[in-house]
Order: sequence, then C-alpha cells, then structure tokens
Amino acid sequence: MTSPDIAIIGGGNAALCAAITAAEAGARVLILETAPKPYRGGNSRHTRNFRCMHHGPLGPLVDSYTEEEYLADLIKVTGGKTDEGLARLAIRTSEECLPWMEEHGVRFQPSLSGTLSLARTNAFFLGGGKSLVNAYYLTAEKLGVQVEYEAAVTHLELDDDRVTRVDYTRHGQTHTITPKAVVVASGGFQADTDWLARAWGPAAKNFLIRGTPYNRGVVLADLLDQGVEQVGDPTQCHAVAIDGRAPKFDGGIVTRLDCVPFSIVVNKDAQRFYDEGEDVWPKRYAIWGRLVAAQPEQVGYVIIDAKSLELFMPSVFPPIQADTLEDLAEKMGLPADALVQTVSAFNDACGDTSGFHPTELDGVTTTGLTPPKTNWARPITEPPFYGYSLRTGVTFTYLGLKVDETAQCAIGNRPVTNLWAAGETMAGSILGQGYLAGFGMTIGTVFGRIAGKEAAAHANAN
Amino acid sequence: MQMQTDLLQEARRQAEICNACRYCEGYCSVFPALHAERAFSDGDLTQLANLCHNCRGCYYACQYTAPHEFDLNLPQALANVRQDSWEELAFPRAAGKAFQKNGVLIAVASVIGFALLFWAARVLASVGGEGFYAVLSHNAMVAIFLPAFLFPLVSIAVSLRRYWRHIDAGPFRPAHLIAALRQAASMKNLKGGHGDGCNFEDEDRFTHARRAVHQAVMYGFLLCFAATSVATVMHYMLDMPAPYRLFSVPKLLGISGGLLLVVGCFEMIRLKLRSDRTLGAAGAFGGEVAFIGLLGFTGFSGLALYAFGQTAATPTLLAVHLGAVLAFFLLAPFTKMAHGFYRLTALTADAGRSRK
Ligand SMILES: Cc1cc2nc3c(=O)[nH]c(=O)nc-3n(C[C@H](O)[C@H](O)[C@H](O)COP(=O)(O)OP(=O)(O)OC[C@H]3O[C@@H](n4cnc5c(N)ncnc54)[C@H](O)[C@@H]3O)c2cc1C
Ligand code: SF4
Ligand code: SF4
Repeated sequence: MTSPDIAIIGGGNAALCAAITAAEAGARVLILETAPKPYRGGNSRHTRNFRCMHHGPLGPLVDSYTEEEYLADLIKVTGGKTDEGLARLAIRTSEECLPWMEEHGVRFQPSLSGTLSLARTNAFFLGGGKSLVNAYYLTAEKLGVQVEYEAAVTHLELDDDRVTRVDYTRHGQTHTITPKAVVVASGGFQADTDWLARAWGPAAKNFLIRGTPYNRGVVLADLLDQGVEQVGDPTQCHAVAIDGRAPKFDGGIVTRLDCVPFSIVVNKDAQRFYDEGEDVWPKRYAIWGRLVAAQPEQVGYVIIDAKSLELFMPSVFPPIQADTLEDLAEKMGLPADALVQTVSAFNDACGDTSGFHPTELDGVTTTGLTPPKTNWARPITEPPFYGYSLRTGVTFTYLGLKVDETAQCAIGNRPVTNLWAAGETMAGSILGQGYLAGFGMTIGTVFGRIAGKEAAAHANAN
Repeated sequence: MQMQTDLLQEARRQAEICNACRYCEGYCSVFPALHAERAFSDGDLTQLANLCHNCRGCYYACQYTAPHEFDLNLPQALANVRQDSWEELAFPRAAGKAFQKNGVLIAVASVIGFALLFWAARVLASVGGEGFYAVLSHNAMVAIFLPAFLFPLVSIAVSLRRYWRHIDAGPFRPAHLIAALRQAASMKNLKGGHGDGCNFEDEDRFTHARRAVHQAVMYGFLLCFAATSVATVMHYMLDMPAPYRLFSVPKLLGISGGLLLVVGCFEMIRLKLRSDRTLGAAGAFGGEVAFIGLLGFTGFSGLALYAFGQTAATPTLLAVHLGAVLAFFLLAPFTKMAHGFYRLTALTADAGRSRK
C-alpha cells in the first residue's frame, strides 16, 4: 500500500482518539492493530468508565469534581509520585473530553449498580469499553481512516531524531511503510510474561493478565533499545487480587472478587497473612495483588461462611462450597487441620459483632490476633462454608516512553521530530506508581487527541 | 411445564457472567431485572427472555463474545429460551410446537384457509346479499369468524396465565399494565437505551430501522383491526351494513393500516434477511419470516379487495383475503404474533418488580 501521512500503532482508546483527531485535521491515517478484529481495542475493550473533572453536572455525572480535588485524589494514590504539570493537563482537559467523546459516538449511562460511590467522578460508558471502541472505529472509518488488523509492528527505524520507517508483519508477510509521522499507542508489556518474570522474578509466571494478550511491549522495547527516553520502573505494575480460576488472559472485570473484607484469607499452608478488614475493598484491592504475589505459589484462599455470602457483588465463578471446614479444605487443596486451627483462632479473637456494618468501617475487630482483622471481624461459624482462590491479576505495567506536554517522545534530551506516544505506553510519564480508577482512559483520551493533533500538524507541514 | 433444560442452563450461565459484569445495564429492561437477582430460577430466566427484544446491543458491546472462552451471546441465549417458552406455554401446546418454528406449516395452514373460504363461498353463497354478502352470507361469515376470533383470545389468555404463574409474578395490578402499555406504545426499549436505535441489520452500527418498521407493522395491524371493529359496530349498532364508501371511517382506517402493514412487513423481512441469524433463536427464522409474510399478505389482499371490490374478481379476492385473515387469527397464539402478548405481560411483571 502507499504510505499514509500518519501511522498509528495500536487499536485501543488512545490510538483511536489520535486517529480521529488527525483525520479531522486532514491527514491520511493508517491504524496498525496487531489483534484480529474480534479482539481489537486492547485493554480499552475491558474498561467501564473514565474519570472526568467537571464544574456542575455534566452528562451522567452529578455535582462537580474540581481540578484540585481530582489532583489531590491522584497524589494520594500515587504517594506523590506524580508529574504535576502533565497531571494537571490531563485533569483539566478531561472536562472537554466528555462532550468530544459523545460527538464521536460514545454513549454514557448512569453509574452502574454497585458503583454508586463513583457517580460523581467517573462517567460510565454504555455497554462498556468495547462499545466505545466500536463507536470510535465507525467514526474513524467515516473519516477515511484505514485500519489493518493482525498487523504486528515489529520495528521503527530511527535515523538520529526521526522515524524513517515502520516495519510490520501481517499474515506471515513483512511490510514496510514510510509515514511522515508516527503515534505509538500500543499499551504496556504485561502480556509478555517472560519480560514480567525478568523484572519481578519467576513468581510472575503465576500471574494472570486481566486484559489483552496482545500488549507485549514489542514496540516499547524496540524504541527503548534505540535510546528513546524511558520513564518508570519495570517492576511497577498495577495488580489486583482476582479469582484464581480466571483465564490466563482477557478475564476482564468479571473475575474480580469483592468478598475479602468479609472473609479471612489464608495461604496454601492455611495461614493468614494480612488484615482483611483494613479498609473498604475499592481502596484495598490493589494491594492484595501484591500480597498474594508474595505468598508461596502466588495463591491465596478466601474463606467465608453462609452469613456473608450475599454481602458482595456476585462474581463469575461460583464459590466452592462445603458443610464443614474440613471438607472445604479438602476441596480447595488446603491442609484441613491447619485451616480448622486458623479459623478457630480467628473466631476466638472475635468480640462483640453487634456493630457490624458491611459498607462502613465498623471497627468490629479482633483482639490479640496477628495479623489482626480490624473491621468486619465476625466469626466464621455458619455452614455451609464457601471458598474462593485468589491470584494476582496484572492490569498494566508502568514502564514506558517519556513524553512532554505535546505527547512527543524524546531521545538524548531532544524531541524525536515525528514520534508521539499516547495511552498506557506513556502513562508512566504521569504516574510513577499507584492508580486512580478511570484515569487510564483519561490519559489515553487526552494524550491521544494531543498526539493526533501534533502529528497531523507535522504531517501537513511536511 | 417442561422447558428445555439445556437452553435454560446456557441462559443461566450467561446471566451469571452478566451479573458479575453489568456493563450493559443501560441498554434495556433486561439488565436491571437481571442485576436484582443473585441466582436465576427457570421462571426468572423466562421472564428475562421475554423482556429481551433482541436488539443485539449487548452482543456487539460484549468483550466476552466468541472466540473468547466465555462465549457470550446473550441475545441468542435469551431468544432460545423465549422461543421455547412460547412453545411450551401455548394452549394447546402441540399447536405451539407445530407452528412456532415451521414456516412451511404456516404456509400450508394459510392455503387451507383459502380453500376453506372458497368452499364456503361455493356452498354457503347467499342469494339475496349485497356486496361482499353476495359472495358469502353475513351469517356464514359470523359463523366462521366468531369462533376464529374467540379461540385465539381464549388460547392466549390461558398461556399468559401460565406464564404469570411460571415466572412467579405475584398479584396483578392494573397500574403496572398501564406502565407497560406506555412503554410498548413508544417502543422505548427499541431505542437502545441511548436513543440511537439497535444493532440489528448492520453489525455494530446503531439504526432506527427496526424500530420504525416494527412501529409500522404494529400500528398498521392495529388500524386494520380498528377498521374491522368500527365496521362491526356500524353494522350491528348503527344499522349501517357494508359496503362502505371510500371516505368512511372503516375504509380510511383500513387503507392506511393496510398500507402500513404491507410496507412494514416487507421491510421487516428485508431487515431480517440482512441480520446475523446466529444472534436469534435457532431454527426460528423460517417460522418468523412466514408469519410476517402471512401478515403482510393479509394486508395486501385487503387492499386489493378495496381496489377491485366492485369487479368480477371480488369472489376470488374475498376468499383469498378472508382465508388469510382466518389463518392469521387461528395461528396467532402459535406464531410470532404471540410475542406481543408475552412481551406486554413481561413488561407488566417488570413494572411490578421495579416498584417493589
Ligand atoms: C479489566 C480492565 C479494566 C479496566 N477498567 C478501566 C476503567 O474502567 N477505566 C479506566 O480508565 N481504565 C481501565 N483500565 C485500564 C485501561 O484499560 C487502560 O488504561 C487503557 O485502555 C489504555 O488504553 P491504550 O489505548 O493506551 O491501550 P490499549 O487499549 O491496551 O491498546 C493497545 C493496542 O495496541 C495494540 N498493540 C500492541 N502491540 C502492538 C504491535 N506491536 N503492533 C500493533 N499493535 C499493537 C493492541 O492490540 C491494542 O489494540 C482497565 C484495564 C483492565 C485490564
Ligand atoms: S453482555 Fe457481555 S458486556 Fe454486557 S453485561 Fe453481559 S457480560 Fe457484560
Ligand atoms: S439483545 Fe437488546 S434487549 Fe436483549 S438483552 Fe441484549 S440489549 Fe437487552
């Protein structure tokens, strides 16, 4: 094919926002998406909302959510490891993103049942991320954007401070194009478990990948090898505790388990290892990814009894059920004696449970137990007993390309004149660690649009 | 009642996945009802299935459709349960089993309808009647059509009662029926939750085509039905027997209704032919298309009768039209026609649920 003005690598939210913006600016755009059409859209197809600043009610969002409050929330979760300039840019621009998204086909819905706490801060996509991705592909097509599926980019040839060539393979054949500008929006590297294992140690082989199997960091590695500036730490990733029976890739949202606060969690030796009631679950589920990763064989087991079964959102796999703890232990492959002992030690440490309140920090705590359970501590006594296994589920990695406020990449302190990056692949430029729900889509939308605009301006001028 | 357990089990499996996901909550009434449960009885699933109008929004939006191992296809799973429920709840059940999925049988029944009317016209022709009654005496018409009209009403009433019990809907409240009628009149759900329509005939592109066409068919049918009712009233209460002039209430209703019905049915079949059949009930396609064909043909033959009512073709046209009407009415409880009644009942039950 003849070379387009702009090649966009990736087919998720950031790539599509860039492609649409560039095409609207008059550029001829080609999207190279490594996934086949049914799996297009990377991790974006698994999302449900984006976090949006707003003054007064906006679309599905109630009240208001100011720049300062948003930034404060961000700094809290990242422990201050935030690039404030870029963060403010993302936050401020998020407000105009919502109407832009609607104009380009995205539809919103009120906060989903079970997520009322997000009704003010996060705008939910009707139908979820895949419907957002579908809408963007339709819009892009209308604007004349070309899309090649199953097109795996393998190499960007850098000549000093310019990308001169893009190589990709498709159906076993190698192709080369020479676009005027390139936007990298190909996500992190979490699906390459060898790379994860190099960064994390062999334990990473037991991690599950919550999203797409196609984000293997091929382009990221290629660019970093050629000296393009890097940001973030390869050992940093966003990981949560999910149902251990989830598929290796692409299990998505339905594999989450919300029952930990009402449970005790033990390792494969049937020993507890952390305070299950430390805080409400949305604030704690990310640390449990790491806690489980630190246990033998990277696995945990949640134990609850009948009275807690209906206190949390149902998950995709039914719990393992037994009438006695011994039977449950056997079904779950745990040492029965040890489990019975752990549970009775826990039960003995429980006190007055009359203040139990499932949705608030209720202070119903254990006494004299290590580790303690500081909220929702009710004895596990009422059969049938239920169990789930827990594994570490990686959402995305932080290592990425360093960009400036125009989303442009750099090499040796100079900009790469025709290379921009957007989305997960540059998110490390803003967040050093930690994560705020809905911020990934904000980064992708804001920086995707910036990258598209800048790349088009460059292509139109050359 | 013996619904197919494999179909129910598959719908249950998928509903449990949706319940852990909830991304489609805003599309239609199915999801709020689904998310209100933790476990799904056969009755719950039947109710969800009848709340679904197969807009396919949730299929194209789903991140778990094949080739993903979760293999979500909720529109299909619910269509299968819905189809099965109509067959199982039909009274008599054997008729539901026979006709719901069988386009050929529907065609055969229509031809029998024509033949019966031709025979009746020959044997029961009246001597002194005017207009249509010259072909078939008024009493003969009543003798044929009164039972043909009452039978489907009784049959559907029995089925809906069975349905109400099966889904365990509790006491019936008229206010809930009114809420349901209001939703049906505007076909709120066919707008797809965001007002852009549904994903029926053009993959993930939203259009209003199906809603528009469905409105045409429904209002066309209701207008035709009104035409007949008005004529009946005029005949019996006002002593104004047919034939009527062009600018009379029955004719105006009948002509506008007939046109809507013909165009609507034709377009509906075209949409169906373009849609992806794997998102509907297995094996039901032929029966659905045959039913729509029969409905459209009923409208068409009615219009032809208006157009050529005073010619030598009248006896033939009348027999064909009345034959189609007869087949349509007798088959109503056992064809796609039944869906309107089930859907209204499902919406009524849902209004009851959501106001609890
Ligand atoms: C289960 C889950 C739920 C989430 N929920 C939310 C949420 O509700 N809100 C939120 O803000 N964030 C959420 N996130 C995070 C969010 O998914 C990401 O921040 C966001 O989607 C990143 O968008 P992106 O376009 O940068 O990357 P992606 O959407 O992952 O797109 C990367 C694209 O690059 C393609 N690609 C990769 N390598 C190549 C190559 N070599 N050649 C060509 N193409 C390539 C991939 O196929 C893919 O299309 C969630 C993540 C997961 C896993
Ligand atoms: S159809 Fe798919 S996306 Fe929609 S709620 Fe069900 S599982 Fe979620
Ligand atoms: S096909 Fe349409 S009506 Fe049926 S469940 Fe899906 S979104 Fe609802």
